[in-house]
Amino acid sequence: MTEVILFVIFAAVALAGALVMVSARNPVYSAIGLLAAMFTMALFYVMLDAHFVAAVQIVVYAGAVMTLFLFVIMMIGVDKKEDTAESIPFQRGITIVVALGLGVVIILAGSQVWITGNTAFGSPDLVGTIETVSDAIFGTWTIAFLSTVFLLTIAAVGTVALAMFGSKAVPEVESEEGA
Amino acid sequence: MTVTIGWYMSLAAVLFSIGAAGVLMRRNALVMFMSIELMLNSVNLTFIAAGNELGLVEGQVAALFVMVVAAAEVTIGLAILVAVFRRRATANVDQLSELRG
Repeated sequence: MTEVILFVIFAAVALAGALVMVSARNPVYSAIGLLAAMFTMALFYVMLDAHFVAAVQIVVYAGAVMTLFLFVIMMIGVDKKEDTAESIPFQRGITIVVALGLGVVIILAGSQVWITGNTAFGSPDLVGTIETVSDAIFGTWTIAFLSTVFLLTIAAVGTVALAMFGSKAVPEVESEEGA
Repeated sequence: MTVTIGWYMSLAAVLFSIGAAGVLMRRNALVMFMSIELMLNSVNLTFIAAGNELGLVEGQVAALFVMVVAAAEVTIGLAILVAVFRRRATANVDQLSELRG
């Protein structure tokens, strides 16, 4: 029963955070709403015995990604309110209908298939400690792990390249437009 | 009454729909990125719930890889956004329509 109460509270916080993120006019409020959703995700991971992933979730998302988002928001300008004029007619209404339909379809399709596992036969519960997770990552999934290393390196190099060469190209292109 | 995997899957589906609505509805590129992050997170929740149900550690491994991809994606995306903002001084995707066919 305690688990149900906790789930309902956390789910309410996650949904409220997600709705605030989508509906807030100020991007800082959107970031705070996303932060609430991320933290409750980490709590769900703890409830699902994925302790290491919960810690990584807080470190990576609340620590790194949200800091990056807030940094860019402050850099681009907080006080700019988004104009509410719709360039596509009825965009907001159509979006809400499409999103509701998507949610209903996902839930209906998901309820048609029921995954079954070996927990029903009494295997011990899996607890996602660092040991079990790293056994899988560095044992079975080493190639996938190494490819994420390449991915992160390429992303870092690409970001630096964008920051270095992006600013240099601006005056050249604009002078061509002026001529 | 206990919390079954279906509760987590339903919550993840709802969060995914909210994220999809954010991508479709918002015109601020930053908030669109945040909506994509929310969608990736809800998929992570389904991975971990399914892994917990099946007794497999692979669900958590998949969630970790999704986190890596999300971190790389948000780094590149925000760098592109800052590069665009230097030229155009806007983050509104409606005003960035030079490539429209």
